[in-house]
Amino acid sequence: MQDFGAAFGEAFRLLVSLDRDLVEIVALSLRVSLGAVLAAAAIGMPIGAALAVARFPGRGAALVALNSLMGLPPVVVGLLVYLALSRAGPLGPLGLLYTPAAMTMAQMILVVPIVAAVSRQTIEDMKEEYEEQLRVLGVGPAGMIATLLWDARFSLLTALLAGFGRAIAEVGAVIIVGGNINHVTRVMTTAIALETSKGDLALALGLGLILLGLAIAVNAAVMVIRRTGNHAAFA
Amino acid sequence: MQHSPDRSAVRAGPADQVLPVRGIGLTIRRGGRALLDGVDIAIEPGPLTVIMGPNGAGKSLLLRVLANLVQPDSGLVTWGGTVPNRARAPRLGFVFQKPVMLRRSAIDNVRYALKAADVPRAERDRRAAEALAQAGLERLADAPARVLSGGEQQRLAIARALAIRPEILLLDEPTANLDPAATLAIETLVQAAHRAGTTIAFVTHDLGQARRLANDIVFVHHGRIAEHTPAYRFFSEPSSEAATAFIEGRLMP
Repeated sequence: MQDFGAAFGEAFRLLVSLDRDLVEIVALSLRVSLGAVLAAAAIGMPIGAALAVARFPGRGAALVALNSLMGLPPVVVGLLVYLALSRAGPLGPLGLLYTPAAMTMAQMILVVPIVAAVSRQTIEDMKEEYEEQLRVLGVGPAGMIATLLWDARFSLLTALLAGFGRAIAEVGAVIIVGGNINHVTRVMTTAIALETSKGDLALALGLGLILLGLAIAVNAAVMVIRRTGNHAAFA
Repeated sequence: MQHSPDRSAVRAGPADQVLPVRGIGLTIRRGGRALLDGVDIAIEPGPLTVIMGPNGAGKSLLLRVLANLVQPDSGLVTWGGTVPNRARAPRLGFVFQKPVMLRRSAIDNVRYALKAADVPRAERDRRAAEALAQAGLERLADAPARVLSGGEQQRLAIARALAIRPEILLLDEPTANLDPAATLAIETLVQAAHRAGTTIAFVTHDLGQARRLANDIVFVHHGRIAEHTPAYRFFSEPSSEAATAFIEGRLMP
């Protein structure tokens, strides 16, 4: 118990003094996860918009698949990306295994279904409301999608923040494809896992506190955005 | 057997004109019921036509078919003698029972419609402001459209439709959810637009409203047009049994 108290003290000291290792790990985490979310947005939003607007055979099955993919276990994604990037895998020649790029790729795969599914729901609800009005104004399909994306921007932003929450907090995928290499691929979650098993609770706790703080900040941001949107009756 | 539309009615008209708006043999069936049953209708330039009938008669559906929002199972709609196309959609204004407000300010709702109708950017601001002023909404120009009251939203919807200067304005029970004062404001706005030269087709089941507004009455019953006649004649000597019963307030089977 005394260790625990000492660990807390040490954790705060690391935080306050902006310990170099700590800063490096946090910065890499943010870089990997933000990159994953941006890439997931570029892929997931068009998928969501297309599923919302298009009607085709097998659409129901596609929606079920998409919703199930939201619960993808990170370790499974890590394993699949590992297989793809490993020397014998189809993407092996790229030499990306155990790099931040591989981690971004794995997290992106975890986040795409969330972004796509939430975008699909949001855009479809709004399309229900807007479609006839836009048609009588003479707005074509491309203009309709552009209007829906713009008017749904607050809800879509919350989808991205939810995706970021999943990416920054997962450990299973990044530890497999990144390898938790010090100064190269060590991020908050993998460092916490390692330091805990080593018994160095101070760094683990410090990182844990930062992770918690980020989770709170993301959720607060979601709420502020929703409030602003509702307040202006935009959402 | 499918009803084959009368193709001879389709002739080339001026490229951007939508009047007259015609429906020929319009039929829509759902679940074995004919919601529209071979309707022939022509809305010529000029009058304020009230499309009236009991709930479920098919009057709203007819309006949506004429606006090219719903495809008939058989029959044909023509705008200005030709098949409807998206390029001319702005020439035909449409106001829904429940106004659809885009998630932006009142004036930006109008600007959006002007942009969709390819009105040059330089003109949009002026015309949007004019349209709001005509609807008595200039004070609310910068308010988010979705926080306006029901009556204000409907006035905005009409202002948005009129800003494009359509040849014809179709209104689908625009006052069904409004109180008397808001209803009066809508009727005044519609009458002003009519005086300014816009042809109007106004769906309602409210007899008093029909009396106040109509030049012509189209009476719809069981998916058919029972009468299409000048308003004074409709109210004094309706020719169909259904219309007589409706005016007298008797329930119809």
